[in-house]
Amino acid sequence: MNSWGLLVDALDVARWQFGVTTVYHFLFVPLTIGLSVLVAILQTLWHRTGNERYLKLTKFYGKLFLINFAMGVVTGIVQEFQFGMNWSDYSRFVGDIFGAPLAIEALVAFFLESTFIGLWIFGWDRLPKRAHLASIWIAAIGTNLSAYFILAANSFMQNPVGYRINPDTGRAELTDFVAVLTNKVALITFPHTLAGSFLVAGSLVVTVGLWHMMRNRDSADTGAYRFATKFGSWVVLVSATLVVITGDIQGKIMTQVQPMKMAAAEGLYTTESPASFSVLTVGSLDGSRELFAIKIPYLLSYLGTGDPNGTVHGINDLQAQYASQYGAGSYTPIIPVTYWSFRFMIAFGLAAAAIALLVLWSQRKGRTPTSRWLLRAGLVMPVLPLLANSFGWIFTEMGRQPWIVFGEMLTRDGVSRSVSLTEVLTSFTAFTLIYATLAVIEFKLLVRYARAGVPDLTPDPAIDDSRDDAERPLAFAY
Amino acid sequence: MELTTVWFLLVAVLFTGYFILEGFDFGVGMLLPVLGRDDRERRVLINTIGPVWDGNEVWLITAGGAMFAAFPEWYATLFSGFYLPLLLILLALIARGVAFEYRHKRPEASWKRRWDTAIFVGSVVPAVLWGVAFANILRGVPLDADHEYVGGLVDLLHPYALLGGVTTAALFLTHGAVFLALKTTGEIRQRAGALAVRLGVGTAVAAVGFLTWTLSIRSSTAAVVFAVGAALALLGALAAARVRREGWAFTGTAVAIGLAVATLFAALFPNVLPSTLDAAGTLTATNAASTPYTLKIMTWVAVVFTPIVLAYQGWTYWVFRKRIGVVNIPQH
Ligand code: HDD
Ligand code: HEM
Ligand code: HEM
Repeated sequence: MNSWGLLVDALDVARWQFGVTTVYHFLFVPLTIGLSVLVAILQTLWHRTGNERYLKLTKFYGKLFLINFAMGVVTGIVQEFQFGMNWSDYSRFVGDIFGAPLAIEALVAFFLESTFIGLWIFGWDRLPKRAHLASIWIAAIGTNLSAYFILAANSFMQNPVGYRINPDTGRAELTDFVAVLTNKVALITFPHTLAGSFLVAGSLVVTVGLWHMMRNRDSADTGAYRFATKFGSWVVLVSATLVVITGDIQGKIMTQVQPMKMAAAEGLYTTESPASFSVLTVGSLDGSRELFAIKIPYLLSYLGTGDPNGTVHGINDLQAQYASQYGAGSYTPIIPVTYWSFRFMIAFGLAAAAIALLVLWSQRKGRTPTSRWLLRAGLVMPVLPLLANSFGWIFTEMGRQPWIVFGEMLTRDGVSRSVSLTEVLTSFTAFTLIYATLAVIEFKLLVRYARAGVPDLTPDPAIDDSRDDAERPLAFAY
Repeated sequence: MELTTVWFLLVAVLFTGYFILEGFDFGVGMLLPVLGRDDRERRVLINTIGPVWDGNEVWLITAGGAMFAAFPEWYATLFSGFYLPLLLILLALIARGVAFEYRHKRPEASWKRRWDTAIFVGSVVPAVLWGVAFANILRGVPLDADHEYVGGLVDLLHPYALLGGVTTAALFLTHGAVFLALKTTGEIRQRAGALAVRLGVGTAVAAVGFLTWTLSIRSSTAAVVFAVGAALALLGALAAARVRREGWAFTGTAVAIGLAVATLFAALFPNVLPSTLDAAGTLTATNAASTPYTLKIMTWVAVVFTPIVLAYQGWTYWVFRKRIGVVNIPQH
């Protein structure tokens, strides 16, 4: 209990705040990562073919991209400050290692993307065509690069490498930076996260294209929407394949470095070989009883070890092992959270891929789909991989608990000692309120601009070319 | 030179760059209701910084990242200690960043008015609070022997810190007005130029007062030289603004802000966050630093990438060098 007479303490609120703000940041990040590349591809197609359809699509999806991008930027700044504000003991402990990728990310990637996005947005009439195309590519590369550094930082928390603990200060010190950047967890997390991001971006492209194609059958732009729908569907299918392949590898690496997370993903209490994977379980997940479960034999063994008969260690054994290794205490994450988030990640992601397949099928041989069910499915499509991404992260981060740095520091030891419950509650409330408001605004704007459709490219009669350059309106202005 | 000193300098350079660049962004935001009399005029003001404000803000993100990497103790103590001011700064930066992008996305006047407020408030709050924060860093704050902040919010709000807040806000206002005179045409340009002269006098008084007070708390030869330089640059900027030499005026305010920030860092060195309690609590460039290995890697990264960043950011300013005016604002 504390001065508030509540059952929460600053640690709980700091954790909720971190979870809420990070998941929120990651609602915008996948679209930024994926859509920047897709818009760059569309613009390249326009350059290559000269077909105005691609220019229209570039401008259209570019606008949606920018509405989303702004949110990615402003929520990212909070993330960067939050480590120091709420997790200062964690920052002290890992700063020697963890700060470097963050600083490099800012210097190498954020400068690149923010500057070149600015050039792209405002540069339509200021830059030569090729330089303008290059700006969106550079911004897209910067964005994807930024993901690498932040994921390398996160991977250190999952699987610390390239460091030693200084016995005098008790802090982690960097001994091998290359090892941190080539952490095997980072190497596989990066493609998995990128694939998950392209799944979101492709889905958005499909949704909007499909809606316009089905609503206005004979508009002059139907061809553009038809192309967008197909293009997006292929992006979804390819990324879904990659997400499964990389996810499979990730499962094996996770079983090596954090066996408890794999056991928690299944709610597997006793060590089994072979172990089966349950699609769903009804009943309690505390290992005491199980009312009903649909199980796929051998799958968990395969997922974890690559061998259908491989041994998967159970929670009870691992808990006993950790207790003797690290001292008494619970080393088990919250099982229902890990169990369900793991399944939701897979299910929601694959559902999006299934819809993409249907969409492609409905367009075979030049047909235009008419099914209202398909339209409805298309409309929910981008929400599915977004949820899959959030659940994937909730699984990853909650499955690591109680550790903040696996095997080295407990989450409860990382929190800021000098920050009071009142302060954390204030910031948590403030961020939640402003984030909720902005979520509504951004969603409405996205819908508004998605409905507006591709722009009309016939020149504005108000702009007369006889006026000299100094008086001509800007091609784009805020 | 010791690597810890190199990184102290680099963090100082990053914050200097941040205040020079985002300084005029903040100024433009604060002047929005003053110089923008109707919607099109306000759009002119916003579009002078449209292509560059995000790149300017990354200077802050990089400065924060550099502090985290090179001086984790400093980053941890400062950010947890200055919790509420930083929270306000973050909320302001969120509202302001979104506002630039969303303001013109709907035609309704009420919509635009709300985002105008967000830009104004989102610029005033950080412009003042950065001054408060840096004045506190310089003066020192209550830290215990574990380098934990043990004060409260009121410990951060004393007259010297408040003068710091007034000074940064005034500097950024003048810098913004001078920037607008340089980047716009027509009536706005005239108004901005005239306002810069009027603001400049008050700014010079606040800045000289604040820097003198600073040197009386903590000083070094370099700090004195920088402070004198800052005052001279500000006076030069004022003189140039009077005769409407806009390029020189902008150079003057930029140099004045740069030297004012340099004064603070030069006076602070070798401390990074002095303790007003136990001397053992004081954080210095040595006891707050990362290991030499980390610093060495980060030095290489900085040496390679900083010039590249400067080159392409500079190029962006060149691409968007043209003045804009009401005629250049499209109908929608
Ligand atoms: C659209 C999104 C999406 C989809 C469809 C999937 N994943 Fe995933 N997954 C993510 C998005 C994601 C993620 C949000 O991006 C995570 C969080 C951290 C990370 O590395 O990626 C993640 C984490 C994550 C982890 C945890 C890694 C760790 O903590 O070390 C595993 C084992 C998998 N995934 C495995 C899979 C498998 C076997 C999938 C399908 C069969 C799958 N994922 C589909
Ligand atoms: C790659 C960078 C990331 C880093 C460095 C990071 C860091 C952290 C830290 C320090 C914690 C411990 C605090 C806590 O237990 O609450 C945490 C927990 C968490 N993070 Fe991450 N995270 C990263 C990415 C993400 C992403 C992208 C998401 C989601 C979209 C996410 C979601 C969460 C969640 C849900 C928790 C658990 C909150 C809780 O324990 O209550 N993280 N993460
Ligand atoms: C929890 C740790 C995280 C921190 C500290 C962080 C930091 C930031 C910051 C400071 C920005 C704003 C950049 C700007 O102003 O231009 C940002 C935006 C962004 N972040 Fe994060 N981020 C985190 C998690 C992630 C993750 C896990 C990813 C990707 C896998 C990611 C990818 C991005 C992208 C693509 C943007 C888009 C906007 C931009 O970069 O300008 N972030 N992040």
